[in-house]
Amino acid sequence: MSGNGRTKLVLGYGTCGIAAGAAAVKEALEREVSAGGYDLELDIAGCMGFCFREPIVEVFYPDGRSVVYGDLTPKKVPQLLQAAAAGEVLEEWVVRRSDDPTAGEGDFLANQHRIVLRNCGRLNPESIDEYIARGGYEAARKALTTMTPEEIIDEVSKSGLRGRGGAGFPTGTKWGFARRAKGDQKYLVCNADEGDPGAFMDRSVLEGDPHAVIEGMIIAGYAIGATQGYIYCRAEYPLALKRLDIAIAACRERGFLGEGIFGTDWNFDIKIKKGAGAFVCGEETALIASIEGKRGMPRPRPPFPANEGLWGKPTNINNVETLAAVPWIIAHGGEKYAELGTEKSKGTKVFCLAGKVRRSGLAEVPMGYTLRQVIFDVGGGVREGKEFKAVQLGGPSGGCLPASLLDTPVDYEAITATGAIMGSGGMIVADSSTCMVDLARYFLSFTQAESCGKCVPCRLGTKRMLEILTRICEGEGEPEDLERLEVLAADIKAASLCALGGTAPNPVLTTLKYFRNEYEDHIFHHKCTAGVCPALITVKINRDLCTGCGACAKICPVEAITGEKKEPHSIDPDTCIRCKLCLSRCPEEAIYAE
Amino acid sequence: MDGETCKCSQRFADVDDLGPLQEILERYRGEKGALIPLLQDAQEAYGYLDEKIMRALAKGAGYQLSQLYGVATFYTQFRLQPIGEHLIRVCHGTACHVAGAELISEEIYNILGIRDGETTPDRKFTVETVMCVGACSLSPIMIVDEDTHGKLKPANVRKVLKRYMGESEEREE
Repeated sequence: MSGNGRTKLVLGYGTCGIAAGAAAVKEALEREVSAGGYDLELDIAGCMGFCFREPIVEVFYPDGRSVVYGDLTPKKVPQLLQAAAAGEVLEEWVVRRSDDPTAGEGDFLANQHRIVLRNCGRLNPESIDEYIARGGYEAARKALTTMTPEEIIDEVSKSGLRGRGGAGFPTGTKWGFARRAKGDQKYLVCNADEGDPGAFMDRSVLEGDPHAVIEGMIIAGYAIGATQGYIYCRAEYPLALKRLDIAIAACRERGFLGEGIFGTDWNFDIKIKKGAGAFVCGEETALIASIEGKRGMPRPRPPFPANEGLWGKPTNINNVETLAAVPWIIAHGGEKYAELGTEKSKGTKVFCLAGKVRRSGLAEVPMGYTLRQVIFDVGGGVREGKEFKAVQLGGPSGGCLPASLLDTPVDYEAITATGAIMGSGGMIVADSSTCMVDLARYFLSFTQAESCGKCVPCRLGTKRMLEILTRICEGEGEPEDLERLEVLAADIKAASLCALGGTAPNPVLTTLKYFRNEYEDHIFHHKCTAGVCPALITVKINRDLCTGCGACAKICPVEAITGEKKEPHSIDPDTCIRCKLCLSRCPEEAIYAE
Repeated sequence: MDGETCKCSQRFADVDDLGPLQEILERYRGEKGALIPLLQDAQEAYGYLDEKIMRALAKGAGYQLSQLYGVATFYTQFRLQPIGEHLIRVCHGTACHVAGAELISEEIYNILGIRDGETTPDRKFTVETVMCVGACSLSPIMIVDEDTHGKLKPANVRKVLKRYMGESEEREE
């Protein structure tokens, strides 16, 4: 990244970086570089994946070495610039060193294999030149000028790439359907409606490497015979939308989009459609309805979108991550991609590590890695010495898996066999402070709110399940409730119109299967061992630790806490509403729930 | 409101002024399936979708009012009521949920005396629960206007909100 003999500083400038304070660091960098007269180059990049250490800066020295620093603040900037200018390394801030993979958190990256994220954090996503300098648009040029559509589809089929949105349908096969469908106009849609709570890989790719997705779309459009592409992106991702706009405009200027692209007689252009906030629009027929300006409700299939999609024309829909892998596959060959992974799941998958994991961020690993490798080797295990309890895979459509299943490989079939699903790749780690019944209730409240209401099993079934889960969490659960949940779940799965309803019971079924004791504790013993469900806990003060500072009494909204200054305080259990606000306020961690 | 101190009157067009709406209608004239972008742009211009705006939009773009209403109430982004000067969005995605988003919301409700979806009587704050905004590694988070505040604790919510309270108080002085 640094070839002109100058040291370059690259600031991670994705949504997570900005949320962590990267904007203030950017201002400080710009100000201090000009004030100090430093001969240093500044640039921005998308998220490198080290979300847990944001804001981060990577320093590229002229000799090819690079060092990543984390947890930056404007105050640290002068020292950072001094060190960078002098070619020194600030050991205590190091997140990663290119010349010493064991330094800092180096193993976070060392244990990954990056294909989709190949450019994320490595280039300025607002610069088409940087993308081209890293070999960008060569795959599209190769595909359009030297390959037939059938050869491209063949190559993608050989790679074994499967839909990364969650369903895992073979991409080459899907393209083949759309290719063979008859129609005067065909459409290609990029599904960037990343609605799964806990998944942010599509956002990271769109923000960090938008050209990879556009290049994938150019190749896919040519392969299936679509001249018009759409990117359906969530409105909640303003930075991704902005960078896509910039990237598309740059492509039109270079002749990569528009008429006669790459000097061929092929035309292809892309329009952006902003979502308006409906989780169900991730389902392809609902997404199509939404692009058409209707309420985003799914319809029965067949006819499949490949034959009757957008405006009734043949339409192919692929997810962001799927499309971002395509240029790499065309450039390196399908066989090279298929060398990675398991028998039926090839290549790599990007996971979003979040929750109680020590290193939350982006993890791209070859299929076949075990959950343990992803969570412990890449993610660094559970935070603050607590014990691993479960990992939630696949968002509201997925499931919760216990420690005994940590050696399950990341593979579509193997994960489905556990009752969870691969899904889009959200991986939320739960520890002993997470109540599994509450987590199941949380997901049901999500799917219930997001159910479009079209079919009865989903609309009413999820409502009934949520009512049962809520009463269990409130200590009103009945002994028959577990069986009721199982019966409802089976009916909803069998009879729902689309995947939203069809998978909605998964979080409940997997927790019932692997954490049944917690349900039983709630129902029969009126106990929430994780200390989460308000109706089943008592908030107490450890009198040995309490210093009587009074901070808890001040924050208590119902004045349940009393005590003399500098004397241990106590909580009146009858007044306490168990909101647990005092827990976070106590400097001595003397307050606990049980 | 005669002192023009309220930020919203500067931020958004008045619902009696149909000028901005005419521009929006022109922007999408003849475009297939433009209903959602029409509503999005109208909301951006006016802050919310007032009945007057919806009626004018239906007439101008050739839709039934019921069609517009159907779409506007289906998607969570659209609002039919005006919002306060500052919009607080509390993320309740999975990572935020396990990190205690519920407590963050409770503390906001305690401080402002309103619940989810409501606006304070002085029209300073509207609070909303939103599903994942995709910044899970900073959970729990809330977004005030355009600013994201991550790694929150219930105990420092008041400090964050004070910044926005102070801002408007200063302006009124």
